[in-house]
Amino acid sequence: MSGRIVAVVPAFDEEEAIGPVVTGIREFDPGIDVVVVDDGSGDGTAKAAAAAGAVVVSLPFNLGIGAAVQTGFRYALEQGYDLAVRLDGDGQHDPAELTKLLAPLARDEADVVTGSRFHGENGSYRPPLGRRLGITWFAKLVSLLARQRVTDTTSGFQALNRPAIALFARDYPSDYPEVEATVLLLKHRLRLLEVPVEMRERETGSSSITFLRSLYYAVKVTLALFVGIARRSAVPTEETHR
Amino acid sequence: MTPVRISIAAAIGSILLILIVLELIRGRRLKERYALLWLATGVVLLVLSAWRGGLNTIAGWLGVSGYPPAILFAAAIMFVIAVLLHYSTVLSKLTDDNVLLAQEVALLRARVDALETRPDSPVRVGRGREASQLAQQDHE
Repeated sequence: MSGRIVAVVPAFDEEEAIGPVVTGIREFDPGIDVVVVDDGSGDGTAKAAAAAGAVVVSLPFNLGIGAAVQTGFRYALEQGYDLAVRLDGDGQHDPAELTKLLAPLARDEADVVTGSRFHGENGSYRPPLGRRLGITWFAKLVSLLARQRVTDTTSGFQALNRPAIALFARDYPSDYPEVEATVLLLKHRLRLLEVPVEMRERETGSSSITFLRSLYYAVKVTLALFVGIARRSAVPTEETHR
Repeated sequence: MTPVRISIAAAIGSILLILIVLELIRGRRLKERYALLWLATGVVLLVLSAWRGGLNTIAGWLGVSGYPPAILFAAAIMFVIAVLLHYSTVLSKLTDDNVLLAQEVALLRARVDALETRPDSPVRVGRGREASQLAQQDHE
């Protein structure tokens, strides 16, 4: 399976980092179209992304990471892409790792492939304590709810096929969305596969998650997870039934 | 027994509330669907303040022996909570709609930009149907 691939890159005030990210993806594979979703940035993010050769979808105001990513998936669906990859706009995801993410999709072994920082032997990534606790908590919780071992529920480094794009274009959680999204896609019987990847340190800026905020998000997302399990699901209309 | 002055004051307050709500509807500054709960609040409070015997009886049922007008407060608070809860649901829906609109605007603008300035752009301009169907389903 080889089709049109789009790279979805959400970015908020990443003027410095976004150019190299776009360039990096295009150098990895010039056949991949890059769409940068500018989430209401106040700096030159949109300009820098366009200059590097990305299609820029500029949200009129800041919607938050979940809605920004969803915009990218809606773009992918609307434009008829067969596959989408998602990378963060801060440069922490290395485009060279995309090969690993795309390979299982090409073999139709999964609908969504996530790059995990904790899967396998690679343990070089050491996030701060608060973050690590949160990541562990959600990994355990999601593994339990999804009845499948998931090691990294907060990774934004993903590759998706068309059914998964359709699902996320239609229904995608808001803050800290990857955790809920994981449960959502397993609930819709899409196949999730994790592959080990290395992630780079942030090139510029600082992570938007501070300790108190992580605590707030941890509580909120936990609540959302249980609500999500109980909620009547919005089944996407096309080609998702297997 | 409820003091007469409290009953009169409460009745006047309820009537004022009903009149203000009706006036807001008449001036199209309040949609009927949001006004219904307020009208219900006004009517119930009016009934409770005018029907003094009833207020005493209800107070008796609930074991409020010393001060029957407390039932008026309780009823008012209950309705205010109902109105606020209703607003929270309305707010949530507006937030969702707002996000949808912002996304739609951004996607449309990208297509307009592609049409106007970059004929070599990978953006396909003729393929918006799926997205608008999507938005429509979301709305239903």
